[in-house]
Amino acid sequence: MESFGWATLYPEILLLIAACVILLVDLRVTDRNRTLTYALSLLAIGAASLIAGMQAASGVTSYGFSNMVASDPMGNWLKCFAGVAMMVTLVYGRPYAADREMTRGGELFTLGMFALLGMFVMISGNNFLVIYLGLELLTLSSYALVALRRDNGIATEAAMKYFVLGAMASGFLLYGMSMLYGATGSLDIGEVIKAVSTGNIRHQVLVFGLVFIVAGLAFKLGVAPFHMWVPDVYQGAPTAVTLIIGGASKLAAFAMVMRLLVEGLLPLAFDWQQMLAVMAVVSLVVGNFAAIAQSNFKRLLAYSTISQMGFVLLGLMSGVVNGNAAAAFNAYSSAMFYVVTYVLTTLAAFGVILMLAKEGYESEEISDLAGLGRRSPLAAVVLSVCMFSMAGLPPLVGFYAKLAVLQALITTGLPLYIGMAVFAVVLSLIGAFYYIRVVKVMYFDAPTQPTPALAPVDVRLVLAVNGALVLGLGILPSGLMKLCADAILNSLGS
Amino acid sequence: MGWLSLAIWTPIAFGVICLLLGREGQQNLVRWFALVGSLVALAVTVPVVSGFRAGTAAMQFVERYNWVDRFHIHYHLGVDGLSMWFVPLTAFITVIVVISAWEVITDRVHQYMGAFLILSGLMVGVFSSLDGILFYTFFEATLIPMYLIIGIWGGPNKIYAAFKFFLYTLLGSLLTLVALIYLYIASNGSFDIATWHQLKLGGTAQTLIFFAFLAAFAVKVPMWPVHTWLPDVHVEAPTGGSAVLAAIMLKLGAYGFLRFSLPIAPDAAREWAWLMITFSIVAVVYVGLVAMVQKDMKKLVAYSSVAHMGFVTLGFFIFNDLGMAGGIVQMIAHGFVSAAMFLSIGVLYDRVHSRDIAAYGGVVNKMPRFAAFALLFAMANCGLPGTAGFVGEWMVILAAVKFNFWIGLLSATALIFGAAYTLWMYKRVYLGPVGNHHVEELTDINGREFLIMALLAVATLYMGLYPKPFTDVMDASVANLLQHVAQSKLR
Repeated sequence: MESFGWATLYPEILLLIAACVILLVDLRVTDRNRTLTYALSLLAIGAASLIAGMQAASGVTSYGFSNMVASDPMGNWLKCFAGVAMMVTLVYGRPYAADREMTRGGELFTLGMFALLGMFVMISGNNFLVIYLGLELLTLSSYALVALRRDNGIATEAAMKYFVLGAMASGFLLYGMSMLYGATGSLDIGEVIKAVSTGNIRHQVLVFGLVFIVAGLAFKLGVAPFHMWVPDVYQGAPTAVTLIIGGASKLAAFAMVMRLLVEGLLPLAFDWQQMLAVMAVVSLVVGNFAAIAQSNFKRLLAYSTISQMGFVLLGLMSGVVNGNAAAAFNAYSSAMFYVVTYVLTTLAAFGVILMLAKEGYESEEISDLAGLGRRSPLAAVVLSVCMFSMAGLPPLVGFYAKLAVLQALITTGLPLYIGMAVFAVVLSLIGAFYYIRVVKVMYFDAPTQPTPALAPVDVRLVLAVNGALVLGLGILPSGLMKLCADAILNSLGS
Repeated sequence: MGWLSLAIWTPIAFGVICLLLGREGQQNLVRWFALVGSLVALAVTVPVVSGFRAGTAAMQFVERYNWVDRFHIHYHLGVDGLSMWFVPLTAFITVIVVISAWEVITDRVHQYMGAFLILSGLMVGVFSSLDGILFYTFFEATLIPMYLIIGIWGGPNKIYAAFKFFLYTLLGSLLTLVALIYLYIASNGSFDIATWHQLKLGGTAQTLIFFAFLAAFAVKVPMWPVHTWLPDVHVEAPTGGSAVLAAIMLKLGAYGFLRFSLPIAPDAAREWAWLMITFSIVAVVYVGLVAMVQKDMKKLVAYSSVAHMGFVTLGFFIFNDLGMAGGIVQMIAHGFVSAAMFLSIGVLYDRVHSRDIAAYGGVVNKMPRFAAFALLFAMANCGLPGTAGFVGEWMVILAAVKFNFWIGLLSATALIFGAAYTLWMYKRVYLGPVGNHHVEELTDINGREFLIMALLAVATLYMGLYPKPFTDVMDASVANLLQHVAQSKLR
């Protein structure tokens, strides 16, 4: 019993019990807005995030369940943020879902909680199978969530695409994991890295497995050339679900990358860094150029996600230089900071779309945002702040995220990396164009639609706080940066 | 909180409150509140002026706090002789712009006033930053309010102008960001500008850094050949936007040369000075000629701005005391004069809604008081002795002749061209018989417009007749900078 270490899984246990309880409670709930289910879900997720946050703040790394679960600061902070992101998603998504008959049976909330549970397991897994288990729980819940609007053809199509491609990607990942298991003889990440560093295993076998793992990870992150699902699923899925896939899931995907590539396969860094480099460059190009032509705002955000994840990869690939891992903490904490601030910004951007979508129309086209500055000042300000942040303009937080990643690249001192930094910067300029075009539509164009009715007070409040954080963290980024740096230092140092 | 912090955050705070006061029927409240805010912001710059000790090159009014520990970024402010006068200049121009928009802007007044106040604070921040990232933050942040000002209150082609402005200036700045990060690493983890001044760098590194900074500052100044955004933007921007853009925002770029390019990469600066001088002379001569054939008044003044800024960059890169001081004086003088020119055009535009020279003729018959002011400002634009425009140009031409006779000769042609295009425009617009019925219906300037014209006229004449307070302040810093640039930093 001692080796179990239940404490490492308190958040997950809480979530699981709560999800099951809420599933049953929901049977008695009848109102369309599902207020009781909603409140209980927020309570449960909040409690789980709080526990994860407290564990993270203690700075202690502990392992449980025979080393299958790791409770380290990086993982716990990511769990805490993922939980908060899911809470915000539910706040934004509930009115939207209620209008579209998606809240029957309360599945939005329970599936959301199961997805979050999957994320938590993924983030704290220290074993190939546990990580895969979490991943599957997350993705299966996501497939169901995307298809929740049964009567909508576009959503069903998106669900099919997501399911088929996602199943294939999970298959790749599993195949790669099994290759590595065969080569190293263990599923435990700690054991794998020990086996790989001995240098006794044939390099080709390791790289073979590595390629499949990277392919699976790339799909989950949504980077080119594994990005084909992203625009279609983002656009087709009901917007509330898009936010689940594009928001909190990114934190889990990042954690998975860290666990598998950095904690498990660091000796192979030379190989996977090259792969990440190529994917980063292609993502930046594809994401930025394709986004210019988009007229659908969700699709634009999807392509922008691809390029932003390319930036995260740029951070991840600068860790090990010429076999020297001294700059690793710098690089990985920059990538973590980028992902966290990216999720924050995405939440606000989609929150605005959700706030504007009323019964009947979806408010997904960029032209639907025309004159938003007059129609709904709060939404316009928050969305402008998000757009400028994604473009990387000071004094918003997106600038510091880009600064951190660029700094990680240039610190390596290699001309190729510095060239990539310049390249990334030039492509950011192209990115800036479509971001400020959204601001242009909101403020410079005349309104074409009537002023939207006021959204529920909880949505407006959370949206205001969300936007304020994007600005506030841009003026005072020090706290969050230090948090990420310490988390990576404590987690990888052990 | 030091005076510089107050100078930065007071207008920003007033601007934010203005934005929150946005409701119909409260426009007058917003206007008065904005006026009070801009006056308070001007008042807090007075201690900076009066408390500044000339004769030393050291930074004064220094404030330094930890900001982002992770990257050793500090909230580090300070002014020296190079930057001191721009702090009150910015606040002064903001007051003028707020008054000038009084009856003219009726749509979304709170956003207009808020944007200008916030912009004012950010620009003061650029001039007083002593930390690389803090400078960059303020430098880039100015793009946001200016983009909104052009795009919301601009002319018919405002979208094109707003995008061109934003993307053109952003591209240069992004390359500068890479240079800043490189310097951070080369100086072992410091974004402190003073540290960078002392940092030894190799020849290639210096050249790359010089060109990276050049990308941003050349577009901002704007230097030929990357000046094409300025005429387009000036034509479309509202009057206040043009005034702020010409008076202050262009100076951000020129200031960048002084604070970054010259001291950090002195060897590269000396090596490539010929290129900068060439571009400057081309700006002075060629763009002066281009200005002569313009039919649109604002475009003419825009090109004349490019030519005047050519003088500034010329003064910087001939590396002598008189030239550099002349360049800085020209920056301040151009601030007053170009703001005045654009506001004059604004006065006419508010009445006739046309910027074409051909739409006017004989304005003096109907608006004699205004024509008198306009004549003064036109003369200042030409560089007439006794007005602010003369002092800087005279110093730079003298320095240029000392440097190389032919360069001096070419730069002196600016006086000829300047007189040509300005006086010809003045003649066609103001003098002669009344041109058409639009001019027939003109009314002379009212009290508010008289006030702003008078304020700018006083400033122009004061600086022209008694420039000593301006030049005294910068002597020590200019000498210090030149001495620094003369030493080689190569390892």
